[in-house]
Amino acid sequence: MHRFANPARFLRIARVATPLTLWIGLALTVAGLYIGLFASPPDYQQGESVRIMYVHVPAAWLGSGGYLSLAIASAVALIWRHPLATIAARAIAPAGAAFTAICLVSGSLWGKPTWGTYWVWDARLTSMLVLLFLYLGYLALSASEGERGEERRAASILALVGVINLPIIKYSVEWWNTLHQGPSIKLTGSAIDGHMLLPLFLCLGGFTLLFAAIVLMRMRAMLAEQRVEARSRRLAEALA
Amino acid sequence: MKLKAKHQRLTLVVGAMIALGGAGALAFSTLGSKATYFYAPSDLVGKAPPTEAIRLGGMVEKGTLKKDGSTVHFIVTDNARTWPVAYTGILPDLFREGQGVIAEGKIDPASGVFTADTILAKHDEKYMPPEVAGALHKVAGKVE
Repeated sequence: MHRFANPARFLRIARVATPLTLWIGLALTVAGLYIGLFASPPDYQQGESVRIMYVHVPAAWLGSGGYLSLAIASAVALIWRHPLATIAARAIAPAGAAFTAICLVSGSLWGKPTWGTYWVWDARLTSMLVLLFLYLGYLALSASEGERGEERRAASILALVGVINLPIIKYSVEWWNTLHQGPSIKLTGSAIDGHMLLPLFLCLGGFTLLFAAIVLMRMRAMLAEQRVEARSRRLAEALA
Repeated sequence: MKLKAKHQRLTLVVGAMIALGGAGALAFSTLGSKATYFYAPSDLVGKAPPTEAIRLGGMVEKGTLKKDGSTVHFIVTDNARTWPVAYTGILPDLFREGQGVIAEGKIDPASGVFTADTILAKHDEKYMPPEVAGALHKVAGKVE
């Protein structure tokens, strides 16, 4: 792990990985959304509104998957104090928050024609809203000014504590009666027809690669920013 | 033996996560069924009917939907027990016999009928094109 924590080595890998993830991700997303929105069948119950799934499910996956990676990066930052881990966590948080918000909004737009309501306070919807608040809390804490390092540590701890929400989101539809339906895709098989599964998996892969590209770009920008700051500080000291 | 600082931090974080998991499990066992969004007919049968507003969920039993002006009557089933429901108002598009439904309202103490003031359609986890659903229906029909 220490090998990858070296910023110079990271930058060498990221320089190659950024365009790869960006362009492959974009290609998969465009293909997935095209098939999903135009070239796949409507649902026998929901009709055309089933197409919201091709955005909603990948957004939900990245909202919760992004939070898990945020928590892992925060743990590494807390325990091993790798500066790169802190940068990774800060790069992941806004992207994860954005996908969580997309998940909530798209789900709400699907809920109105399907369920007959934009929002209910059932366990799945509520725990997903809590996830958004956890992201916002992390963003606010990590952006706050204070003794250097202190507020970062508080943000990392918040990220770790919030992990408990992830199994609650995942199993909310099984532990409690909810308006939200149970999982369609399980290890044992899928309750989604193959013609709908293809665009769904294309979008899942594409969105995930795009998420990776966003995080890599943000991390590179933050590292560059740190370098500029360090250089201008040295310059100011030399001139003084 | 003195632990290295980073090992100390590792132990601390792992310990804190285990404690947090335990606290979560305790909270979960207390919260239990209180976080449930609706009751199934089986949860209500044989108990004193609650007087406050509740939600009742299940499947609309096939062949029980009756329209009486703007009021509809149907029976909600969880495949074990059933409960009669009456509702006056506009039904959601996905409301139909054999599909999931959640009704918000009160149990009429006199008749025992669940009088709903809101009806939500509950969608299941199955997604398929209409042709496939039609074909499945035909196959099922032949078997019967």
